Amino acid sequence: MKKIYLDYAATTPADPRVVKAMLPFLAEKFGNTMSLHALGQEAKLALENSRQIIADFINAKPKEIIFTGSATESNNTALKGIAFANKQKGNHIIISSIEHPCIMESAKWLKLQGFEITKLPVDKYGLVNSVDVKKAIKSHTILVSVMHASNEIGTIEPIAEIGKICKDAGVYFHTDASQSFGKIPIDVKKMNIDLLTASSHKIYGPKGAGLLYIGNGVKIEPLLHGGGQENGMRSSTINLASIVGFAKAVEIYKKGFKKENSRLIKLRDKLIKSVLKIKGSHLNGPPLPAGRQAKNRLSNNANFWFEFIEGESLVMQLDLHGIECSTGSACSSVKLEPSYTLLACGLKPQDAHGSLRISLGRQTTEKDINYLLKVLPKIIKQLRLMSPFKNEKK
Amino acid sequence: MKKNNNICGGLYTQKVLETFKNPHNYGKIKNADGVGKVGNIVCGDVMWLYIKVEKNKKGEEIIKDIKFETFGCVAAISTSSTITDLAKGKTISQALKIEKNDVIKKLGGLPFIKYHCSVLAVDALIEAVYDYFLKNKKKISQDLQKKHEKIQKEKEIIEKRYEKWA
Repeated sequence: MKKIYLDYAATTPADPRVVKAMLPFLAEKFGNTMSLHALGQEAKLALENSRQIIADFINAKPKEIIFTGSATESNNTALKGIAFANKQKGNHIIISSIEHPCIMESAKWLKLQGFEITKLPVDKYGLVNSVDVKKAIKSHTILVSVMHASNEIGTIEPIAEIGKICKDAGVYFHTDASQSFGKIPIDVKKMNIDLLTASSHKIYGPKGAGLLYIGNGVKIEPLLHGGGQENGMRSSTINLASIVGFAKAVEIYKKGFKKENSRLIKLRDKLIKSVLKIKGSHLNGPPLPAGRQAKNRLSNNANFWFEFIEGESLVMQLDLHGIECSTGSACSSVKLEPSYTLLACGLKPQDAHGSLRISLGRQTTEKDINYLLKVLPKIIKQLRLMSPFKNEKK
Repeated sequence: MKKNNNICGGLYTQKVLETFKNPHNYGKIKNADGVGKVGNIVCGDVMWLYIKVEKNKKGEEIIKDIKFETFGCVAAISTSSTITDLAKGKTISQALKIEKNDVIKKLGGLPFIKYHCSVLAVDALIEAVYDYFLKNKKKISQDLQKKHEKIQKEKEIIEKRYEKWA
């Protein structure tokens, strides 16, 4: 059976050009960037070259970029690092209520350490209101962290507005750009971003590489202490092959992201319009205005909920038909609770259980979407036949 | 797929997936003799079980027909189908002896976090029989009464836990 991968928000396959760029750094140019000999210095050069490419991409200086092992690590470093370095200023941190679990859990842990956490509400489309940010900032606030785009429902947050508010208030602003990096142009200076997280494996780079942009002068503590790599901010032997791959993935994005974005938007809008024709189906996240493109929505994200159906059953039935997608997020697949993102958008728990996230990517074709549109209504019909609620009115 | 049938996709056994793909006995029985409704929609699993009771040649009451309607995950649908297979044609007293482990065994195993689905299936059958007995003013054994009360109590606890969400 042909497999159709529609879970690009979970992870992406490494681009062959990325793999090719990485290979020499595994066995041949295996040096440690901290070594003084030529082999080590060759590695160091490759590392700094990668840093330059990525820094240019978001209008940062190379020394403002540190490489980490994952977006989770970057987000942990941002929250905990800022919290512990700025204790004398205050203990209040503001996040949104739809952040990725690595922000949520870091905030929860910081609360246990005595920090005060405010979770900003979102509207029914998952949007944070920048006015709420302004209202939430107190004299002892040290950090605001709002994601650039939602991993679940694709909502693009007004981070430039929030950045401006934070700058005016003298509070650090961090954004988790794991889902948007590469897909939406980012200028950390213009957008007043102090810290930014991005990940390699979401943009056809390898797993095991993430980055944290830390603006010049930002006071922050490292999570990992040791040999002093990454300007003392992230001790660990450099995972050079993955970082080189990450930089290559960025280079590829630089060239083609505009064209690819408009291709994805076309496919996404066709998908959304067609799925919404299925009875009892609803769109999560920003709406699709008639005749226009969805505003504030990631180019590759579609998220639905279907009446009387449970999401896991839907995902597994699709998988049995060769279509790979997910319920709320890949991380939620082993948890039993409904998605907190959807609950924050005002969905009832029973409705949030019936959600399906379809995320498109480079290999997605119109044929794939057509196949999905052929299979999905049949599966929904079968699952509804089994459901005790099928005769209820919504 | 390797011979090891216990792991498929890291989560479900091959047998669970087969059952999920082609579940038996789903739908509603009109004029059912007993209905068991368990689970909570807020938690994401609701199971309704319908039974039709008849007497066999020996004059014992048997579960002549059984069907389920389930809103839930792969495990919930698979255990629903399995409990109908296990109970169909059995005498009521035999059916009441079905345990969660019988369901799990028939499915070649369940992930630990989905064990509650097998409990749900067994509970639904107990509730369906209880409902049948109650409707027909039959004598309810102490054991069945206890089980029914336990199921109801757990239902209340869960409902209370999710009150803020409902």
